[in-house]
Amino acid sequence: MKKIIQLQIRVPSQTRYLSLVGKIGESVARDICRINDDRDIFANNLNAVLTEAMVNTIKHANSDDPTKDIKIRISISNKELLIRIYDSGQGFDLKKVSDPSYNSDLLAESGRGIFIIKSLMDTVIYKKTACGNVLEMKKALE
Amino acid sequence: MNFRTESSKNATIIFVQEERLDAHNSEHLKTEMNRIFESGRHDLIIDLKDVRFIDSSGLGVLVSGFKNASTRQGTLKLSGLQTQVRSMFELTRLHRVFEIFPSVDDAIESC
Repeated sequence: MKKIIQLQIRVPSQTRYLSLVGKIGESVARDICRINDDRDIFANNLNAVLTEAMVNTIKHANSDDPTKDIKIRISISNKELLIRIYDSGQGFDLKKVSDPSYNSDLLAESGRGIFIIKSLMDTVIYKKTACGNVLEMKKALE
Repeated sequence: MNFRTESSKNATIIFVQEERLDAHNSEHLKTEMNRIFESGRHDLIIDLKDVRFIDSSGLGVLVSGFKNASTRQGTLKLSGLQTQVRSMFELTRLHRVFEIFPSVDDAIESC
């Protein structure tokens, strides 16, 4: 039987909630997802993905406006983990990603967030919705 | 952010006493590093023994400190990285940049 678990989180667009959302990600990885990989590594990776995606949304999409909210939807099936992060701001360009493997970017002080997300997830898409934008990140669980 | 700063003969050590080094608290570490550099001490050791999670903002602040130390002919070394923290350095290739030691004592001995 196909079983899907969905979690929805809404927090103010503020960095003080990074730890809370990151810990939820770790719990999802440890308690819900069916994976063959090391669960501690997967939990840390999910914490990192959610943290980086939230920071990107706070700083770039929501322009550091603490009165805005961030809505996160996590869907887990037997086959796939899907994370969607919604914003109502100006958006950002997913293509502006530095690659730390290039020596010229190795000592950059910022710009690693999207690189980390893309490295840890299978697909990453950022697109417009009717009332804003959504960052959609998928990871196969089989 | 909770941290403790100590001075040894050859270096100043900042013990980061947080579970996370991220976009919420890493600027405090940058401020403390800059305060130490401005006071004329240019050799730093950052001990991350208590840190079990680091994000790109935390990594960026450490890179900033590394560049600041290098500009002043100083050094910035790291110690006590937990497995998951080290994996973020490896993912972003920053393990090629920093001198990383198992413990703060090892880092002090190298100075």
